[in-house]
Amino acid sequence: MLDRIRLLLKELGLPRTIIVSFLAVLVILAAIYDIPLPALMSDLLVRVGMNGIFVLAMLPAIVSGIGPNFGLPLGILGGLVGALLAIEWNLTGLTAIIVAILTGLPLAVLIGMAYGWLLNKVKGSEMMVSTYVGFSFVSLMNIGWTLLPFTSAAMRWPIGRGLRVTISLEDRYDQVLNKIFSINIGGFTIPTGLILVFLVLCLLVWLFMRSKTGIAMKAVGDSRQFAVASGLSVDTNRILGTVLSTALGAIGIVVFSQSFGFLQLYEAPMFMGFAAVASILIGGATVRKASISNVIIGAILLQGLLVIALPVANKIITVGGVAEIARIIVSNGIILYALAQVGGGD
Amino acid sequence: MRTEIKTNVGNLPKKTGQGISNVRSFLFDNMVMLLFVVICGLGIWFSKLPISFILSDLVVRIARNAFLILALLIPVMAGMGLNFAIVLGAMAGQLAILMVVHWQIGGLVGFLLAVLISTPLAMLFGVMTGRLLNKTRGQEMITSMVTGFFANGLYQLLLLVLVGTLIKINNPELLLGNGIGVKNTVDLRIVTNAIDGMYIVSLPVFGFAVAAAMGAYYLFSLFGQSHSTAAARNKSFLYLGLAAVIAAGSMMVKSSDSLINFIEVPAVTFALIAIACLFNLFIIKTKLGQDFRTVGQDQHIAKVSGIDVNKTRIIAITISTVLAAWGQLLLLQNFGNLNTYGSHESVGMFAIAALLIGGASVAKATVGQALIGMVLFHTLFIVSPNAGKTLLGDAQLGEFFRAFVAYGVIAASLAMYAWKRAMAGKKKLQA
Repeated sequence: MLDRIRLLLKELGLPRTIIVSFLAVLVILAAIYDIPLPALMSDLLVRVGMNGIFVLAMLPAIVSGIGPNFGLPLGILGGLVGALLAIEWNLTGLTAIIVAILTGLPLAVLIGMAYGWLLNKVKGSEMMVSTYVGFSFVSLMNIGWTLLPFTSAAMRWPIGRGLRVTISLEDRYDQVLNKIFSINIGGFTIPTGLILVFLVLCLLVWLFMRSKTGIAMKAVGDSRQFAVASGLSVDTNRILGTVLSTALGAIGIVVFSQSFGFLQLYEAPMFMGFAAVASILIGGATVRKASISNVIIGAILLQGLLVIALPVANKIITVGGVAEIARIIVSNGIILYALAQVGGGD
Repeated sequence: MRTEIKTNVGNLPKKTGQGISNVRSFLFDNMVMLLFVVICGLGIWFSKLPISFILSDLVVRIARNAFLILALLIPVMAGMGLNFAIVLGAMAGQLAILMVVHWQIGGLVGFLLAVLISTPLAMLFGVMTGRLLNKTRGQEMITSMVTGFFANGLYQLLLLVLVGTLIKINNPELLLGNGIGVKNTVDLRIVTNAIDGMYIVSLPVFGFAVAAAMGAYYLFSLFGQSHSTAAARNKSFLYLGLAAVIAAGSMMVKSSDSLINFIEVPAVTFALIAIACLFNLFIIKTKLGQDFRTVGQDQHIAKVSGIDVNKTRIIAITISTVLAAWGQLLLLQNFGNLNTYGSHESVGMFAIAALLIGGASVAKATVGQALIGMVLFHTLFIVSPNAGKTLLGDAQLGEFFRAFVAYGVIAASLAMYAWKRAMAGKKKLQA
């Protein structure tokens, strides 16, 4: 029995053990402080659905060998353009969401191809390059948001130039997915549509990974030498992984925004990649290996931590920002741990 | 003054008669720097700001940031890339200055006490960062960056939550209303200008002093060392010429009624910056400096030749962190107040962007590149809002542009370096 526990702990690794125990303590504290559990659970489901697709976007990147995609903002920006166009064309409801995704996707695919080409040139330094390519693109789009010729009054500053920092989706497609088939049992709401979208995408990626193309991509990620020897094109497969990841980022931001109720432009997408990287790593992935279960577990663990930490912290201590501090420490801590695991040390 | 540097350097190869290939290689090697010289030139033109205004702002910004940029050089030499973790040094400086303000020890004594407190803190942070970077060989930069974010979380935990709860202090001036956590902005007036205010000279006088120092140094290297190469001699002549230009310019300004005469230069701060430059130059000549270089070039060779690679790398990061802590202290005494949760955050990024704009790369950075980059980057910072207003009718766009430049130059530089490294790796595989 003791051996089993030891083995389990070894497999979990120290930081994950800490995070899981921390979460357990939080749940117990929440029970002690009488924080209504159903509301917490509904919150958790919403946030997993909102952020899950970003975490899922890490999977093809890691599997194809480029590592965790810190450059996720590239895809997010593509999706945001789609989401803005849907407003520009004055669409509402599910149509708006579908149009947003369909216009965002080709953009994201194009960006992903260029980005994948770049990442092929910088093999071995993908994480650092992708981080800063993401940052630069976000700051370049700051200029874009100011100059792009969108005309809808819902999006522009009433006076001055350019688009607003946050654009309300009320009366457009606020929470449309969340409300599809949503079930309410005594304060506990299941955002069925949102969760379904996430799970269906997970299923699609899972199926893809088992297709011939998916297996080839995985082979490239596992060992470049082996892939070359079996006649697979390393570069093409890595671009495929990057494009998939970027495209999922674009879908992710549309789904995220409809649940959040706002489109956030300018600096907002900057660090979205980091949260997603942290999530999949908490779920048990490494920078070289990941699976769908890592995605789902990771999303639940990190979001769970955030959802429960906030009310508990507010009960214990009257200081703002504790949950945010916990998020910073946990997510960056797990990234550091994963980096140290790869080693290179002797 | 900048254009004078440019023409001087550009003319040199022709003067020595080595032909067009030399000019071409000079242009190629200094592409990034020259590009930014052009961008800054255009920016100055379109901003329509008076030169005296730009210079006076530039003096302030250089006095604040130079030390932080110079803190980056040694890790580059040791092959660890751009040390984004100088943020930790900045945090050490801020913690120290908070203590000094809490104890109400002001003036030079307070500042020196802050230096004294921040040094062991920064050393501790440096050693820990160095050990972590030894575990993540090949991924040092992303690790140092994430380390900065992680440390920022701990810093916030300490100052927002633990101060006032676990660490009992009673200081309503420092703490938030409910007695827990440090205020967002802390007034540093008791240490403000502790160094800057010691000795102030006007810009022309300062220019004359710089020219004199340069002249003395290069005259010495020209006649003091018998075995100097032709290239070194040319370089000395070049800088002597430059010194003469600066001296003449200063004289001209001094005898005119230009507003430049009213620009105040904090001489002691600049002397400290000069010492930091000399430190970076002379450490190369020591055993430790040679170890940094060897480790930076090839860790295996370093190990075979009996260098403790891990220890050398830790020392490099520790020196960098300590210099960053001092640099942040210099910045804060100039600034006059502390933005508790923000003053340190972008320190690493701005310092790195400045260094790269000067033409440095992930693998090579010199004091000269740091100085040129500092001037160019901060000029860009000063002129972009106004240039944006003239060109695009919106100052905000100029600010977006300069942020994009900072991120973009880092991204491009990282990508170019990684590209070269990947190519070299491929060649190695084929051979």
